[in-house]
Amino acid sequence: MLATRSLSIALAGRTLVENLALELNPGECWAVLGRNGSGKSSLLLAMAGLRRPSAGRVELQGRPIDAWPRRELAQRIGILLQDEPADYWGNTLDYVLLGRYPRSRTAYSEDPAAKGEAMALLEEVDLAGHAAQPYRTLSGGERQRARLAQAFMQDPECLLLDEPLQHLDLKHQLDVMRALARRAAGGRAVLMALHEPTMAARLCDRAVLLYDSGRVLHGRITEMLTQDNLELLYQCRLEPTGGPDAQVFVPR
Amino acid sequence: MNRRALAWLILLAVPASLAVAVWHGSVDIPAARLLAALSGGGESIDREIVWGLRAPRALAAFACGALLALAGTLLQALLRNPLADPFLLGVSGGAAAGALTAMLIGATLALQHLFAFAGAAFAAASVFAFSIRPSGWNAYRVILAGVALSAGFGAVVSLLLALAPAAQVHGMLFWLLGDLSGATDPLPAVLALGVAAVVAQSQATQLDLLALGEDKARSLGVAVMAVQSITFGCAALATMAAVLLGGSIGFIGLVTPHLLRLMGVHDHRALLPLSVAAGGSLLALADAVARSIPAPVELPVGIVTALVGVPALLFLLARTR
Repeated sequence: MLATRSLSIALAGRTLVENLALELNPGECWAVLGRNGSGKSSLLLAMAGLRRPSAGRVELQGRPIDAWPRRELAQRIGILLQDEPADYWGNTLDYVLLGRYPRSRTAYSEDPAAKGEAMALLEEVDLAGHAAQPYRTLSGGERQRARLAQAFMQDPECLLLDEPLQHLDLKHQLDVMRALARRAAGGRAVLMALHEPTMAARLCDRAVLLYDSGRVLHGRITEMLTQDNLELLYQCRLEPTGGPDAQVFVPR
Repeated sequence: MNRRALAWLILLAVPASLAVAVWHGSVDIPAARLLAALSGGGESIDREIVWGLRAPRALAAFACGALLALAGTLLQALLRNPLADPFLLGVSGGAAAGALTAMLIGATLALQHLFAFAGAAFAAASVFAFSIRPSGWNAYRVILAGVALSAGFGAVVSLLLALAPAAQVHGMLFWLLGDLSGATDPLPAVLALGVAAVVAQSQATQLDLLALGEDKARSLGVAVMAVQSITFGCAALATMAAVLLGGSIGFIGLVTPHLLRLMGVHDHRALLPLSVAAGGSLLALADAVARSIPAPVELPVGIVTALVGVPALLFLLARTR
């Protein structure tokens, strides 16, 4: 559905991704792993049509992403950005309802169905008690969950997430990963940049590894998350623990 | 207070403030004579004061305040900066430099207004040209270009004041202090207000989405560059219309959106029209005070808006979390 064709991304004269061909399909859950500055965010931005690649292109349903009208694209691709200004003055429920904008001419609604849906999403991310609280007064982790609820409200066919687990405690990390896995199981395509190979191994079925100098590996998660691959990726020694079914890599 | 009740209260302030502005002035007209004059009867002197002087003046003050508050709300959303103020665009400096140049060369009043308009339009167009790049819009460039142009125009204005004969300096002060004493024809400002308010309203939800950042807004389907350009155009039009009518009246543009936000109005579908209503009412009342309190001397209304606006904002800030 969402495919990169000979995609190359360079930033400030440095090649981050070279000649990448991958295809994201409904029902798949992908993890993008790499060191800081390896190009995870740049890849997600290019796939969302928010940055031009240095070469190649991104296609959605066989059509170049630039050729899609903005609004139609927003109904099909949603992105959770790594950073977002906390300038929004409204309450948390209204913040989540902004996710409806691609489908509704006004983002807010007196429509009880939309409000009900937003409340259910706040419940899902454990923020039901904060619906009336101003968004800007939420804590970092609460804000992150509100942003996820907004992305779920948008409900695009492809959901791209840049570090969805940042600022989250362990319980909420697991809740969010499960919520994302549910969406993939429900036929959405999910791709997320992560720093937790263990979480990726548990809940994703495919992975993209971004090495230095633009080299990219991608494939089934079990084939990607090997000790050799991860040691080369993170450039540190790792110790596998936890057995073959639930492998965990701990830095040595 | 319930938001709907607050909205009604602010909307009701519009006819109330206009009524106060028509009723009060340097000449005391009792209520019965005022009503008679308003309905077209009574003494001809009353009719002349009410319809010939006070009604146009009240309308001019309302339009001027509404334009400034609208421009302030739009610029604060566009630049995502709570300190944005209509005069950030260098429009008032450009208008003053244009008008003062015209005065110095002895141009007619109509030509002075034309020069003021040209100066204001030049300032807004320059800020726009410096801010927009093929890659997109940059809020910092708007602020920097606006500050630089304002400083440049300030120097030009000082130079013109230094060169001007002493007799002309008093007339020139109008452009530097906000003053509505020369505002006898509010029609152009009312028309500009109508256009700017309608166009701005069409961008209301998109402005809420801009608060999430440009990339996020774009990913939700907002045509970011178009929204920013339309918003800038509306703010520039509103500021120019206000400056040409009343000079640089401070605080209304900066404070009105904050007053409303601190009272819980945040989404632009409500914030924009309520800014128009509240800004207009505040300036109509401030102008009534400027005309009445020290009668028969008239204070420049900019002094009243600053004296009322600053403590009001500080009070609301103090009681907000």
